[in-house]
Amino acid sequence: MESLYLLIPISLVFIVIAIRVFFWAVNSGQYDDLDSEGERILFDNDEPQEQQQLETNKEIRVQVESKKEQP
Amino acid sequence: MIEAVAERCYHCGFAVPVGADYRQMIGDDLRPMCCPGCAAVAATIVGSGLGSFYKFRSGLNARASQDTYSGENSDADRKDNNPYLDWDIPEIYSEFVSHNGQGLRSIRLFVDNITCAACTWLIEKHLGRLAGVESVNVNGTTMRAEVTWCPERVKLSTLLNAVSLIGYSASPINDSSDIPDIKDQSRKLLLRLGVAGLAMMQAGMVAIALYAGSFQGMQQEWQTLLRLVSILFVTPVVFYSAQPFFSNAWRSLKMAHLVMDVPVALAISLAYLASLWATLQGATFQGAVSNNTGEVYFDSISMFTFFLLLGRFAEQRIRHKNLLLLNRGHLLPPVITQVFPSQPALAENAKSAHSDKSAHIYKSARSAISACGDAIVPIKTLQKGDFIRVDGGQTIPCDGVIEFGDSQVSEALLTGESRPLPKQPGQTVYAGTINGANPLVIKVLAVAGDTKLSTILKLAERAAIHKPHWAGLADRLAGWFIAALLIIAASVAWYWYLHDPQRALWITLSVLVVTCPCALSLATPTALSVASGLLRAEGFLINRGHVLELLPTIDRVIFDKTGTLTEGNLRLLHIESFDINSSISEQQILGWAATLEQGSQHPIARALQPCATDQLGQIEQQQFVTGCGVSGYINGDCFALGKPRWVARLFNISETEFINRQQISAADNKGIEVALARNGQWFARIYLGDQLRDSASSAINQLRERDLHVSLISGDPSPTAAEIIQPLALNDYQFSLQPQQKLQVVQQLQEQGKPLLMVGDGINDVPVLQAADISVAMGQASELSQINADVILLSNDLTVLPVAMAVAAKTRRIIKQNIGWAIGYNLVALPLAAMGYVPPWAAAIGMSVSSLLVLLNALRISRGASC
Repeated sequence: MESLYLLIPISLVFIVIAIRVFFWAVNSGQYDDLDSEGERILFDNDEPQEQQQLETNKEIRVQVESKKEQP
Repeated sequence: MIEAVAERCYHCGFAVPVGADYRQMIGDDLRPMCCPGCAAVAATIVGSGLGSFYKFRSGLNARASQDTYSGENSDADRKDNNPYLDWDIPEIYSEFVSHNGQGLRSIRLFVDNITCAACTWLIEKHLGRLAGVESVNVNGTTMRAEVTWCPERVKLSTLLNAVSLIGYSASPINDSSDIPDIKDQSRKLLLRLGVAGLAMMQAGMVAIALYAGSFQGMQQEWQTLLRLVSILFVTPVVFYSAQPFFSNAWRSLKMAHLVMDVPVALAISLAYLASLWATLQGATFQGAVSNNTGEVYFDSISMFTFFLLLGRFAEQRIRHKNLLLLNRGHLLPPVITQVFPSQPALAENAKSAHSDKSAHIYKSARSAISACGDAIVPIKTLQKGDFIRVDGGQTIPCDGVIEFGDSQVSEALLTGESRPLPKQPGQTVYAGTINGANPLVIKVLAVAGDTKLSTILKLAERAAIHKPHWAGLADRLAGWFIAALLIIAASVAWYWYLHDPQRALWITLSVLVVTCPCALSLATPTALSVASGLLRAEGFLINRGHVLELLPTIDRVIFDKTGTLTEGNLRLLHIESFDINSSISEQQILGWAATLEQGSQHPIARALQPCATDQLGQIEQQQFVTGCGVSGYINGDCFALGKPRWVARLFNISETEFINRQQISAADNKGIEVALARNGQWFARIYLGDQLRDSASSAINQLRERDLHVSLISGDPSPTAAEIIQPLALNDYQFSLQPQQKLQVVQQLQEQGKPLLMVGDGINDVPVLQAADISVAMGQASELSQINADVILLSNDLTVLPVAMAVAAKTRRIIKQNIGWAIGYNLVALPLAAMGYVPPWAAAIGMSVSSLLVLLNALRISRGASC
């Protein structure tokens, strides 16, 4: 039972940390929009397209550069 | 596909009109669209590569504005005809824009019509792709967008227009006074709630050990340790989380007016102090027999605070959301053209704006301004003696006298009179009225507090004083409850003091904790929050707290006419063609009429323009004659549209011939008649009039079914007013009432002691809205009426009124059940506690179960109504 003298202070430390993190999160505005932030991650799947575009851009650049080198 | 099923617009869900074809490719499918507006919006969204929005969205979009897109405005057109250009004037935007170090500007916008989380994504992506936009952040809860942009590369008006192109509307707002407050309050409450929640869990965990200990036996040493740990957890709850209850209770005690927070604060503080004392006593009598030092209630205190804060958080979120919806800024900036007073320039100015009609009227006005060196200035800088020019369609911002120009002015908002009145130089015009036709140069006679408008507002202030006071059910109960509680607690304490003084304190305390009105104080706010959230989704925005509780007691509903029961603007009613062979369709007649009226802001023109699906050729030699009509050549044919007498004189033809051809009897004629003639021949008769709202008739029938007395009081003196409302099943009606008379009518009814609900829209309704027990302003009502109303009917759908009544009745029932349950629980628990049979764990369980039941019961409101 004496272990309580160690375990309870440890749990107290964790609670204090949790409350500090919670205060930081609220004060930095992370809870200001409770309606749309939760779903935001679902929408951003257009990256493959952009990725593709970047790749085609790269290809074009390579082609242009290779043309430059030819003459 | 079955034909009988009407197609719904893929964008907004509106039924697609028969024969209309505005379909758009979205993804791989061709989707139906209801109107050119929605089609254009959908095309813009897909065109900018954001078509996946339609996959993400969880609700339908708002219907595109029908004014902006009438006719054949192509996408490019709308980009050119940017209606937001005035926002680029430094004097106007400076109030809203903040500058940051790197030469960037940022602004906060109110974005309307955000329906789901995907909307915020769409707006952010669309704006973010404009060259020169640095960052966009849309908050779906507050409906605010923060945009930062580089002023050298993109203009503010372009940003605003970009938002409107994808079907939303953005208006700059400057809510420096409101928003930080709201943000601050909701953050603070969330922090209090979080602390209470975390502490509740910890204290609960420790409490389980303590309860187990009291059953199985526990050494005093460990009991004291666990109690001390509980103190550590619960102290911040009492001094931080529960602080609002203490400050509210203190404030109400100072005002000698008891509210529910008083017993709450009393229970929390007594339970905390007594538990503290028990712990300290236990600690000082180390080694003594355990369990004779009294009980601790730390878990109850934290749970109790957490539940109450949760209820309060839900309530606050609804209230803030309504507040944020109300502060919506101005879509177009509050500006007016100031004319600098050299007499020839004045005349020149009025003339140049008048003659240049063929171009888009707004553009022509702008070019005239730059030619004469006039300036667009914010309205609030106007002073007595200034000269201003008010174009057709603009609201007159001050009282003044007309110097140049003649026009028709609609005073509907001020007087309720639905027909525009002709105004000529020398006549007075009033702030808040709308110039219907030609540009006017006005000499300012009175601004702001001195206008006729503000005298109506003063009337409203006086009316507000006499508004019946309404106290919520919970607060009325609070007084009785506290009195009963204190008497019972005192007698219990006295009884036990006489019989067993050792236990007297602890039994009295358990009585106080058990009867602590957690469930009782949750009973009302939870039900009200659920109901007002539900009604907001219907477009019934509750602005003041008493509405839902008072609504079921209403026994009389009073409507205003213009803009409330009717739509408040002219609409096409009927066409009579004089063509014998009937080879010319109504569409063609409307097409000609609309072409003739091109570029005009007159109410008749605005009624005709959207009716024409296609315009027939170019108009040449277009000429407007104030108060008479318009003439011009289309494809070589000479047309005239206007008052029959004027058209007859213009073409030198017989007016009696026109009158004799009337097909419907004069009694059915409910509006303004307009004659169309071609090449000296009578051609058609067009009826225009104010129309009843689609929802008016069924709303009134449903209200009557609820045994309500429905009446109408209108300021409109015109004889057609009575005819328009004929189809409605009203109990009674009165016309030609001044704002003061309207107020008298309402106050007389109130003296008979019957609560009434008033629905209105105009400035002339403001005093009467203030006086009514519940006031409802329409969504398109003047800003002043909205501020003074208890409810705003954002959807403009009158059938929401009976729905709200039903929801309110249900809410009242649920509140009664909740209160009944809470009081019943107290009545059962009280004798047990008074006899000393309630240990702290039983008190904690009883309290949380009764609170949860109350919360779940409140949630039933939304379940029943959604089907």
